Amino acid sequence: MNELPQQLVNGLLLGSMYGLVAIGYTMVYGIVQLINFAHGEIFMVGGFGALTVYLYVLPDGTSLWVALPLMLIGGIIVAILVAVGAERFAYRPLRTAPRLAPLITAIGLSLALQQAVWAWYPDARSAITFPQIDGGPFEIGSVTIQTGDIFLLVAAPISMAILAYFVMKTRTGRGMQATAQDPDTAKLMGINTDRIIVVAFALGAAFAAVGAVAYGLKYGEVQFRMGFILGLKAFTAAVLGGIGNIYGAMLGGLVLGVAEALSTAYISDIPGMDQFGSQSWANVWAFVLLILVLLFRPQGLLGERVADRA
Amino acid sequence: MTALLEVEDLRVAYGKIEAVKGISFKVDAGEVVTLIGTNGAGKTTTLRTLSGLLKPVGGQIKFNGKSLKKTPAHQIVSLGLAHSPEGRHIFPRMTIEDNLRLGAFLRNDKPGIEKDIQRAYDLFPILGERRKQAAGTLSGGEQQMLAMGRALMSQPKLLMLDEPSMGLSPIMMQKIMATIAELKSQGTTILLVEQNAQAALSLADHGHVMEVGNIVLSGTGQDLLHDESVRKAYLGED
Repeated sequence: MNELPQQLVNGLLLGSMYGLVAIGYTMVYGIVQLINFAHGEIFMVGGFGALTVYLYVLPDGTSLWVALPLMLIGGIIVAILVAVGAERFAYRPLRTAPRLAPLITAIGLSLALQQAVWAWYPDARSAITFPQIDGGPFEIGSVTIQTGDIFLLVAAPISMAILAYFVMKTRTGRGMQATAQDPDTAKLMGINTDRIIVVAFALGAAFAAVGAVAYGLKYGEVQFRMGFILGLKAFTAAVLGGIGNIYGAMLGGLVLGVAEALSTAYISDIPGMDQFGSQSWANVWAFVLLILVLLFRPQGLLGERVADRA
Repeated sequence: MTALLEVEDLRVAYGKIEAVKGISFKVDAGEVVTLIGTNGAGKTTTLRTLSGLLKPVGGQIKFNGKSLKKTPAHQIVSLGLAHSPEGRHIFPRMTIEDNLRLGAFLRNDKPGIEKDIQRAYDLFPILGERRKQAAGTLSGGEQQMLAMGRALMSQPKLLMLDEPSMGLSPIMMQKIMATIAELKSQGTTILLVEQNAQAALSLADHGHVMEVGNIVLSGTGQDLLHDESVRKAYLGED
């Protein structure tokens, strides 16, 4: 089985993309206990934002090495605007409503964003080609890394480092941790929790947009429904890692990605299982893994339960 | 001289149910004032309204000459009003030291913050010994110390303590009460809410007895301690 290292690398790359999107689910859940089902669409509009910069803002023939940072910034800005707008006008008025109300709002918002892109973005009724990085695949020993994955290889660890620094070291980050643990008491410390909630939505959106650019480069296209399955996977990754824990989101993404890669590579080798190893079965195995983890560790891999003794 | 805190005809409601029905009292700088009364008398509701977590339906709150009625909770602490809430509410997954630092969230004077952290450790040596430990692992009494230390980190002009002795062993309760006495002797102004009327009244310059949303009796701590109706109702004598 000398292809094992290759499968692991494929899985880690795919998983780091899940992880980037999972951060948004886990942050928002950690602070307002809302499962933002529209987050997959925040990811999607981030992809379209980046594409818009390439197609309609930059002159034709701009080198991708110049374009990519600008596309990234454009995607992040669009995703943040949509996410913060959703928080302000859709979720905030429902903050004290029963939990079901914002959840249904999130599902509605998710459909509305998909349909808005479908209806109004030029040519978005089918997939739109995303610009590609030139050059052949890279070989490292027996492992091949596709050119489109190079971005992910660089962007995912940098994003994670920025996030960890932000949460652990900055004042807003500490305010975020406090708000997640006890919002009322956070206010007593002088923390503007409304602002913290906006920051959580914005940060999650920014990382989702990075994930969306990675998606475009990896699969060569963006389309209005790309946030649905990917959003579901990222949400799974967040739960798998322990929802509310940002490191858990990344770890959950990686575990999920590796599990998918290994399932497509090896399950069909098991006698009698030959028809269960295809790409479409990978989703099934991903959810089987989730169910197994939740059976034995309901709080997720890194979810913690510190006893409050008092 | 005007009082540091002036509450006038304060009314607070949860939906249609009025929990505080028009109370008035004041706290002068340097004194300890206590609100005593049974569960459900409206003491905690009063404190939560003063710190902005609840909005009053009527009346006035003046702190340091400024009305607090429209000030959001997160701005009130910067005016010098700190609140150690009922049930401690420490941040369980953070270390003791990080909890104290959050108490100084709005301060920018690093050396001053370090000095005040040291002061909290001097006041409560057990916190200093466990500074790197998650706060959720502390005992109830230690969590109470942390909540008080954290509230002091904002350098408040008025410290509000809600049921600091709740659920504590008699020894721990004595320790907490001794600390409040120490803070008082250092000149800290304190608004103390307690069910333990004996301990609270012995410390307080002024006290108010609350019953179902009203202040029914006011006086100096000593007067109330010797008042017959208070002795009967709250000090367990017949």
